[in-house]
Amino acid sequence: MFYREAGQFKATYAADQAVFPIRQDRIGLALILVAAYVAVPLLGGDFLLSSVMIPFLILSLAAIALNILTGYAGLVSLGTAGFMGAGAYAAYKLSTLFPQVNILVWIVVSGFASCAIGVLFGLPSLRIKGFYLTVATLASQFFLQWCFVRVSWLYNYNPSGAIEVPARALFGLAITGPSASPVTRYLIVLTIVVAMTWFASNLVHGRIGRSWMAIRDMDIAAQLIGIRLYPAKLLAFAVSSFYAGVAGAMMVFLWLGAAEPDAFNINLSFLLLFMVIIGGLGSLTGSFFGAALIHILPIAVRQAPASVGLTIGGATVEHLTYVITGAMIIVFLIVEPHGLARLLQIGKQKLRTWPFPY
Amino acid sequence: MNPLYQIFVDPFVQMAGAPDLFAQTIWEGFVGGMLYALIALGYVLIFKASGVFNFAQGIMMVFAALTLVGLHEMGVHAYIALLLTLGVMYLLAVGVERAVLRPLVNQPDIILFMATFGLTYLLIGAGELVFGGNPKTMIAKELGLPSGGIDFNILGGLVSLQRIDIAAAVIASILVAGLAAFFQYTRVGRALRAVADDHQAALSVGISLNEIWVVVWFAAGVVALATGVMWGARSNVSFALQIVALKALPVLILGGFTSVPGAIVGGLVVGIGEKLGEFYWGPLLGGGIESWLAYVIALAFLLFRPHGLFGEKIIERI
Amino acid sequence: MTNANLRLILGAATALGLGAATQTFAQDSIYVPLLTYRTGPYAGSGIPIADGMRDYLTMLNERDGGIGGVRIDIEECETGYDTKKGLECYEQVKPKKPVVMNPWSTGLTLSIIPKASVDKIPILSMAYGLSAAARGNVFPWVFNPPATYWDGFSQMLEYIANKEGGGVEKLKGKKIGYIYLDAGFGREPLPLIEQLSKDFGFTPTLYPVAGTDMQNQSAQWLNVRRDRPDYMIMFGWGALNPTAIKEAVKINYPMDKFVSIWWVGEDDVKAAGDGAKGFRELNWHAVGAEFPALKDIQTRVVEKGKSQSPKEKVGSNLYNRGLYNGMLIAEAIVNAQKVTGRKVVNGEDVRRGLESLNVDEARLKQIGLEGFSGPVKLTCADHNGHFPTYVQRWDGEKFVKDSDWIKPMSAKVDPLLEADAKSYAEKNAPWPARTEACDNKS
Repeated sequence: MFYREAGQFKATYAADQAVFPIRQDRIGLALILVAAYVAVPLLGGDFLLSSVMIPFLILSLAAIALNILTGYAGLVSLGTAGFMGAGAYAAYKLSTLFPQVNILVWIVVSGFASCAIGVLFGLPSLRIKGFYLTVATLASQFFLQWCFVRVSWLYNYNPSGAIEVPARALFGLAITGPSASPVTRYLIVLTIVVAMTWFASNLVHGRIGRSWMAIRDMDIAAQLIGIRLYPAKLLAFAVSSFYAGVAGAMMVFLWLGAAEPDAFNINLSFLLLFMVIIGGLGSLTGSFFGAALIHILPIAVRQAPASVGLTIGGATVEHLTYVITGAMIIVFLIVEPHGLARLLQIGKQKLRTWPFPY
Repeated sequence: MNPLYQIFVDPFVQMAGAPDLFAQTIWEGFVGGMLYALIALGYVLIFKASGVFNFAQGIMMVFAALTLVGLHEMGVHAYIALLLTLGVMYLLAVGVERAVLRPLVNQPDIILFMATFGLTYLLIGAGELVFGGNPKTMIAKELGLPSGGIDFNILGGLVSLQRIDIAAAVIASILVAGLAAFFQYTRVGRALRAVADDHQAALSVGISLNEIWVVVWFAAGVVALATGVMWGARSNVSFALQIVALKALPVLILGGFTSVPGAIVGGLVVGIGEKLGEFYWGPLLGGGIESWLAYVIALAFLLFRPHGLFGEKIIERI
Repeated sequence: MTNANLRLILGAATALGLGAATQTFAQDSIYVPLLTYRTGPYAGSGIPIADGMRDYLTMLNERDGGIGGVRIDIEECETGYDTKKGLECYEQVKPKKPVVMNPWSTGLTLSIIPKASVDKIPILSMAYGLSAAARGNVFPWVFNPPATYWDGFSQMLEYIANKEGGGVEKLKGKKIGYIYLDAGFGREPLPLIEQLSKDFGFTPTLYPVAGTDMQNQSAQWLNVRRDRPDYMIMFGWGALNPTAIKEAVKINYPMDKFVSIWWVGEDDVKAAGDGAKGFRELNWHAVGAEFPALKDIQTRVVEKGKSQSPKEKVGSNLYNRGLYNGMLIAEAIVNAQKVTGRKVVNGEDVRRGLESLNVDEARLKQIGLEGFSGPVKLTCADHNGHFPTYVQRWDGEKFVKDSDWIKPMSAKVDPLLEADAKSYAEKNAPWPARTEACDNKS
């Protein structure tokens, strides 16, 4: 009744091709943005901002990175964490070599470093396909992690072997380091994530995105209709690792505050892949859902006993968290194998025909 | 020294100079490779029969070993604990089939892959909840596994073979031979091969997919238990052991996801290759290159044979 | 299900109503969060450490009604040794005004070091974390007694020199193997090794073990067999330790020449069987439960079912490590109460308490830990103390003391530490200069 496009006429092709053709969708998106920009910082405490929202947004961006590669171009990758690390170390090197340039510039620029490495490891992608390609990305994951440990130049020869985040400011407002308030960091992360999501959305809805999807669905057919496979696949690697690099740089600079090489281990790569699958392959919204489920669900489960006054030992809670999260993943998959994004679509469709479904 | 010399000549000079060490390296690689092959075998079994890339294989290995040791700690005799663990693995196979595979039948591979990740979480949580998270010592002695080493004074030096490693190799061979015979000569085995070839055709001639899945997951569970015992005896039984299972991935890539001989040959290539690489070429890079060497070996093979050594070549059509 | 877990769940059920009540009285108690890792790949060392810390503080609550009459509000937060979860814990406990943080993870320590001065919560990273944090003038909020990894390494060298007949000149021409976890922790001594090998004339051979290959070390030990180092030094962690000891036994490496840093537990050695007899490890506190304080823990905590630790683990190496950490927390609070004259202290008070910490032999006797460890005295400039450690030997059943107390080679280590602290402050410029007043100028 409230959610339908009746009466909304499209007079131009541009309007017809819009990402959100229905007015209610646009209003909904605007409401979400307002909530994210105004309500969350105003109402949320430090814990919500710095342990829930900031990680959630950064992981969402990393999930988008992987979704571009896996969901749109159909190349399953287990090297995302390595590319994130490449971005993080690049941002660290750049910001310590040129401290006068604003850190935000370096966070975005570091994406290009990770982009170059991504393309390098994407080179075998023409010859190797499917799960076999995954091993190429695994090789990159382990090799990069080894580099983060071994190449002391990357971490400025710190004896601790870790990268630390220097305090930096923008217009006199601390944005990294200890005195940066969670609200500032949250707003910066939010802005970068929103901007990059908007860009990705335009990319995947345009010619490039369509050529990726054609390759994903059947690469020989895509080749026959004139898509050049190799450049398109390499571009997918490039864009994906750019996004991953920025996410990695934000992870260290705006979330963790210092990072050992182990922060970019294989588990993170797996987690990101699972976020993408459970959120919905080939869906940007799905990346957010997936990140929410995999990151926020365990936190919620951990907080649950305390909030009802139960005092269970930390370890037991942790074990139960594992059991419950695992069970939830299986249940979600059985209920909706195509990811949470599909649930949203179904919900929308139901709303559209409500209250008369036939 | 000339780096080219260091890479291409010096390691071989070393090999020739100390043949005992060379033999020892090959042996260590062989044992490690055998165990990698066993882990990979678990993946291959399940992949063949149900098309699922079972992420939980590593954790099944830990879970099986943990159940065995945990039951023994509760005062159960080692052999009875072994039988009980087999029972637990069977129940797990039935549970997986009922709760995960059956509702998800006919879904894309990647969804089933994801479901096994859920299973991994479940098993980690359940395992730690029941048996506690502290590492345990494998009850190798109680299980009648030998200990100590046999030293051979050959090749101008000493080659020392650990009895437990020999036992591991023997058990691995028996398992592989047993599984091969099972597939080749029994009714269930034939049905299993039929399922691996074509699900729908198998269904249409009256083979119950559900039963086959239970059998296959149980077989993978048995393999997991054997690997868990062997790796556990080499270090200890803890959840850190699941990292080892990742080494099976390059093995799978090398051997192909669907080939049992591939898993064995791949395991040996990776095992021996990484030991030789670490021992003779590792020092050039400061050592510790084993973590990625296996993947690079696999990658190098892949560039020449994109479907693995024994993988089936897929003919692409529109 | 283990009994401990069962008890916990039963206890949780009965505590359902009480939980809310204790929360409201938080004002008259001192809140001490314990960041623990009872789960995950390193749980093996995490569990006894967590038990030791918790049991000591619980014992104070049970026996003395807390510290200075104020109950300690102990809360565990599970990190799984994962920096991300650890940060989550940090944010979670921060609003409850913790008086001291024990990160029990090097990665997490590095993450929260810059936050400490802003959030006014001192960090007690006992012999782990950032070695340079020993410089109190640069890191007024971070404490890492009683020794750094660099101290530890130099103490092991000293021990080796003593075994060879005394004097560092005996190290000349020796080949010393170093097997380590290829991560920040294991790589930390590398610059020291480089310098000391030049100064003393020994040849180091390095055997890094990648974190993913901890259970798979046969290549490293083959290298050891080839190189035949005179001594082996190990900086291991988690599954690296038992695997390394097993492999060493396998190649018949003489155990009395195999020395490890202080993170090896009994279970790690036991796994290797009889061959591990003679294995050496650095330590700074006693092993065993023959101390009045530990007996109090047995009777008042463990036997009452208030501990998660099995009875026989009380007094084990890593349990006592945790207990020592608990003792430092308690003594810092006692001292803070003394310095400020307040009973309910906050983070700033405890920072002052830690800075003037002085647990001498008389005090150790008073708290029922006579002979448990050497005295600890911290100053404003030195937040570590660089205290002597000793070497213990595995006799097949338990660890026994094998050497006298060994002082670190401070002359060699201090310049490195100083340079590192300086470079940390430079790299993290603008690093806040110390503004906190000093209580004991001595």
